[in-house]
Amino acid sequence: MKILVPVKRVVDYNVKVRVKADGSGVETANVKMSMNPFDEIAVEEAVRLKEKGVAEEVVVVSMGVSQCQETIRTALAMGGDRGILVETDDELEPLAVAKMLKGLAEKESPDMVILGKQAIDDDANQTGQMFAALMGWGQGTFASEVDIQDGSIQVTREIDGGAETVKLKLPAVVTTDLRLNEPRYAKLPNIMKAKKKQLDTLSPADLGVDTTPRLKTVKVAEPPKRQGGIKVADVAELVDKLKNEAKVI
Amino acid sequence: MNSPIVNRRDLDFLLYELLDTERLTERERYAEHSRETFDAAIETAHRVAVDYLQPHNRKADLNEPTFDGDKVSTIPEVKEALDVYCDTGLLAAGQDFERGGMQLPATVAQTCTAITKGANVGTFAYVGLTVAATNLILAHGSDEQIQRYTPYMLSGRFFGTMCLTEPQAGSSLGDLRTRAVPQDDGSYRIRGNKVFISGGDHELAENIVHMVLARTPDAPAGVRGISLFIVPKYLVNDDGSLGPRNDVKLAGLIHKMGYRGTTSTMLNFGENDECTGYLVGQPGDGLKCMFHMMNEARIGVGLGAVMLGYGGYLHSLAYARERRQGRAPGEKDPATPQRLLVEHADVRRMLLAQKSYVEGGLALGLYGARLVDDERTHPDAAARANATRQLALLTPVIKSWPSDYCLRANDLAIQILGGYGYTREYPVEQYFRDNRLNPIHEGTHGIQAQDLLGRKVRQEGGTAFDTMVATMRATVDEVNHDGPGSLAGEAEALARALEALEETTRALRAVGETGDTERYLANASDYLDMFGHIVIAWLWLRQAATAAAAQPASDDDRAFYQGKLAACRYFMNVELPKIHHLAALLRRGEDTPLNTDPDWL
Ligand SMILES: Cc1cc2nc3c(=O)[nH]c(=O)nc-3n(C[C@H](O)[C@H](O)[C@H](O)COP(=O)(O)OP(=O)(O)OC[C@H]3O[C@@H](n4cnc5c(N)ncnc54)[C@H](O)[C@@H]3O)c2cc1C
Ligand SMILES: Cc1cc2nc3c(=O)[nH]c(=O)nc-3n(C[C@H](O)[C@H](O)[C@H](O)COP(=O)(O)OP(=O)(O)OC[C@H]3O[C@@H](n4cnc5c(N)ncnc54)[C@H](O)[C@@H]3O)c2cc1C
Repeated sequence: MKILVPVKRVVDYNVKVRVKADGSGVETANVKMSMNPFDEIAVEEAVRLKEKGVAEEVVVVSMGVSQCQETIRTALAMGGDRGILVETDDELEPLAVAKMLKGLAEKESPDMVILGKQAIDDDANQTGQMFAALMGWGQGTFASEVDIQDGSIQVTREIDGGAETVKLKLPAVVTTDLRLNEPRYAKLPNIMKAKKKQLDTLSPADLGVDTTPRLKTVKVAEPPKRQGGIKVADVAELVDKLKNEAKVI
Repeated sequence: MNSPIVNRRDLDFLLYELLDTERLTERERYAEHSRETFDAAIETAHRVAVDYLQPHNRKADLNEPTFDGDKVSTIPEVKEALDVYCDTGLLAAGQDFERGGMQLPATVAQTCTAITKGANVGTFAYVGLTVAATNLILAHGSDEQIQRYTPYMLSGRFFGTMCLTEPQAGSSLGDLRTRAVPQDDGSYRIRGNKVFISGGDHELAENIVHMVLARTPDAPAGVRGISLFIVPKYLVNDDGSLGPRNDVKLAGLIHKMGYRGTTSTMLNFGENDECTGYLVGQPGDGLKCMFHMMNEARIGVGLGAVMLGYGGYLHSLAYARERRQGRAPGEKDPATPQRLLVEHADVRRMLLAQKSYVEGGLALGLYGARLVDDERTHPDAAARANATRQLALLTPVIKSWPSDYCLRANDLAIQILGGYGYTREYPVEQYFRDNRLNPIHEGTHGIQAQDLLGRKVRQEGGTAFDTMVATMRATVDEVNHDGPGSLAGEAEALARALEALEETTRALRAVGETGDTERYLANASDYLDMFGHIVIAWLWLRQAATAAAAQPASDDDRAFYQGKLAACRYFMNVELPKIHHLAALLRRGEDTPLNTDPDWL
């Protein structure tokens, strides 16, 4: 079995993100970037399937600026076999990513594509679903457990109020939730091995995809500052404030 | 409550903008590396630090190891964290590829260990000692010894210790008494008592490899009679499996002010006269072997002191940005909101002092690590020799200056937190207690001062000293002296300090040449203080010049570089002038301590 794992380079989860002064986006210059944490879980799951002997090859792909190579190398250090970068300086929306993934899936014919359920920068939660629709494949989103059987997989999904288990025919799409696994660290010797692994670069045009954004960002703004709390004298005052000031009841 | 360990932006600045660490990849040994592999290793170290070391830092402080007369117990988090540390390959970060290492430059390997120390110095110590013991065997052991021990030490199956100190021999190692008697099979019988041995017993690894200093029966008195021995807790069979228990006995644990996660032990070797040891290197070369590895170990101590200071700085900075107290001086209206602590000039004074100490100290430690890399791998022989000389001169400073000033940084961090800083609910008091060790171990502050003035400054007729001063003076000339970004004032301050240093050193050496060594060294600690401040001022000038020339990529970046310039200005204007006071007392040969009769105290 071959598994394709797309990984996204995002602002590190520890960084306090700042909005650019002109409201056009967030500051990314000289900001620490890392692999999207949900994608780390996807890489981990694929590598575990390889270690179990279920998968033969784990191909890691990323799309974006040339520095995405570093993100791919991290995944290769975790145990991926080879990488593909679709290099572009364009801003990529989920639909464009899904289309490029389709192009790659047609080239690579994976049996399974494991993605993060969403990226922590735009929180879109769309790419996996769009890609599955474009391919006409089954999808097991928000996975907290993945179980491979003959020619199919069983995916336990995190849903409101519990878990749901679905069975999918292969090839299929899985998107990861936090509880699926705990991703490993890139061990130091493996960082060196990853450097020697194959990493090919393509362009969106090679995949016949037009990445022009379909959406326009009107404005990016900081969330409103939290106001300090106040003490109320009694329940009557609380109810009054909730009714007349906060207007929530 | 956890706080950031280090400012990653600062680390990037020091590694890649100030020290140009990426250029090391031009050297053969590091040719397979790139900034990407350096950053990936640092990232792994940081993750292990945040996920496994930092979370139990306080818990280990509150729950010291215990000894029931049979076994030592530590909280389970310690072993779990160390297992992960070893499994990720961090223990072997700087070792050759062939030994399973990552062959990282010392600059990057020291960065990785610095981060893990900042997270939890007590737990880190076990692996830190193991690395030191392994390096000792690799450098001086026989092939057979290297084979028998080091693969298991590098994988973390065995840990290591350094056994120097005895009750009557702390600073004066020449007086140590542990005896080693040769046996027919080539091994030695070891007998003696060691104290303060860190990591001397525990159940964290299968075996413990003690590196023991002892004297053979016919050895001369003093340091030349000291030899180095491997004394394993369990003897090791040819196939690497464990043999019988050796006669090394834990006599008791020592209860300390800080570093509480590390066992501090009193060890009895050969209580039953059955303790086996194996000679490493030549008889009589024990201290020479040890000190060969000391430069790096001392850079490690200095950087450890820096990181504890750094943690306190970042914590007190975050606190000062949140806590409101008081109003602007002159503001009489009690209805106005309280100010943030950071808005008070006096609090910013304490933050700037910390910043100048910890970021200056980090620059110094990494510069020292870079000298290690240059000594080992610079393509030019003259440059290698120069690095060796400079490293020898600076080692006491790299060890001692941060141990002194980053401890002061911890004191200021507590002060900024006020009453809260004094409580155990906040980490700053623990940083202070942990850091208090650093001026004591690996050669006390006073001993380092004597090493600097008594030996290093005079070595090779003062060549290293003269070269160092010339290097610093070159920076004075290189920086921008007019126009925007001018550092003329800062450069001038350093130039005057260098003149004072040269003059003072000349005056002192004249005293030294009279043969009155006692008088020559009477104020050595003040000399170390002066020398250290000047080296730090030099590194601040270099940081400021780099920051002034940089192109900020964002508002945050601009603020970062402004911060470097402000800290440089602070150091030059507020800290550096004190060297002129020290220079004066050194030059006049201040003799009150020298002439004070012990009975008068
Ligand atoms: C937590 C901890 C961990 C340690 N870990 C280890 C370890 O793993 N292995 C190991 O071997 N040792 C270890 N040590 C021991 C440490 O190296 C010694 O404590 C240190 O060398 C100082 O020796 P001492 O304590 O006997 O002090 P002393 O030598 O008695 O010194 C006391 C004071 O006198 C001053 N002094 C001493 N001699 C002179 C002199 N000639 N001239 C001027 N001033 C002098 C010193 O500067 C110091 O201020 C550890 C100590 C501690 C506290
Ligand atoms: C062990 C202990 C015992 C104590 N016992 C008592 C007791 O018995 N009774 C009692 O009432 N209190 C007691 N206290 C409280 C103690 O008096 C306060 O901790 C102290 O007054 C400082 O206040 P704070 O801790 O809120 O620090 P803060 O006022 O928040 O000060 C924090 C830092 O900000 C600086 N700062 C604050 N305001 C300004 C300003 N306007 N301008 C410039 N800098 C400023 C301070 O100098 C300090 O460095 C005790 C505290 C401790 C730790």
